[in-house]
Amino acid sequence: MVPVFFSYFSLVSILAGVLTVALPNPVHCGLALLTLLLHVAGLFLLLNAEFLFVIQIIVYAGAIVVLYLFVLMLLNLKTDERVLHHRYAVILVAAAAICGGLLLMALRSPFQGAKGHAPVEAVLQDGGSYAIGITIFNEYLLQFEIVGVFLLGAIIGAIVLAKTPTAVDVEPE
Amino acid sequence: MVPLSAYVAVSAVLFVTGLIGVLIRRNFIIVLMAIEIMLNAANVNLVAFSHYLESMTGQIVALFVIAIAAGEAAVGLAIIIVVFRGKISTNVDEINLLKW
Repeated sequence: MVPVFFSYFSLVSILAGVLTVALPNPVHCGLALLTLLLHVAGLFLLLNAEFLFVIQIIVYAGAIVVLYLFVLMLLNLKTDERVLHHRYAVILVAAAAICGGLLLMALRSPFQGAKGHAPVEAVLQDGGSYAIGITIFNEYLLQFEIVGVFLLGAIIGAIVLAKTPTAVDVEPE
Repeated sequence: MVPLSAYVAVSAVLFVTGLIGVLIRRNFIIVLMAIEIMLNAANVNLVAFSHYLESMTGQIVALFVIAIAAGEAAVGLAIIIVVFRGKISTNVDEINLLKW
């Protein structure tokens, strides 16, 4: 059953990615991006990462795509006449070559490495969210705090950038 | 059982799709969407290796990547709004005030 779901999720996510890049209307691109994100969340579920599955749906599909669509509706964009780079054929050929090389490397490599200390049985005993919580607050606490400060900076930066500029009161001499 | 190579192959195809989008599309918002595709491809890779090498680190890095992507989307869209307000265009070729 897992290979069936894997082929479905991977094929649809690749198709949605191609549509996101290829469709002319930005709103349709946003909807294709939403499809891509939901199917990538399905891939996470197949990999026993149920916490990331939920986070992907809430944060990406719920917040980020809505933000994109809000801005698209707010700006009332017309479809650009020239949506593509003028030398896009060259870029497509180069990208196809890069993709072929990556696929060749990915399919030939045995990918062996040292196993970590979180085997599936131990994770499933308390659940994946428990294991992530224990690891993140024991070994990655500093990085967690740094991400918190980064998000605060991003929020303040976004507010300051998007605020309507008001006329500065100049004192009459 | 799906082999790890299959996940890595899906991730590579998605990443190259996003890269093509960043290079050939000229609409600022769609360029940002293509960056999200690339970040998602990296996330698939991280979670797949986390599962097959039995380590939690990959999932935690993927969590941080999602947080960074949220911040990037917020700041990028604010920049688009500012640019659009002054100059009615979202074409990245026309935003060249700082180009030397």
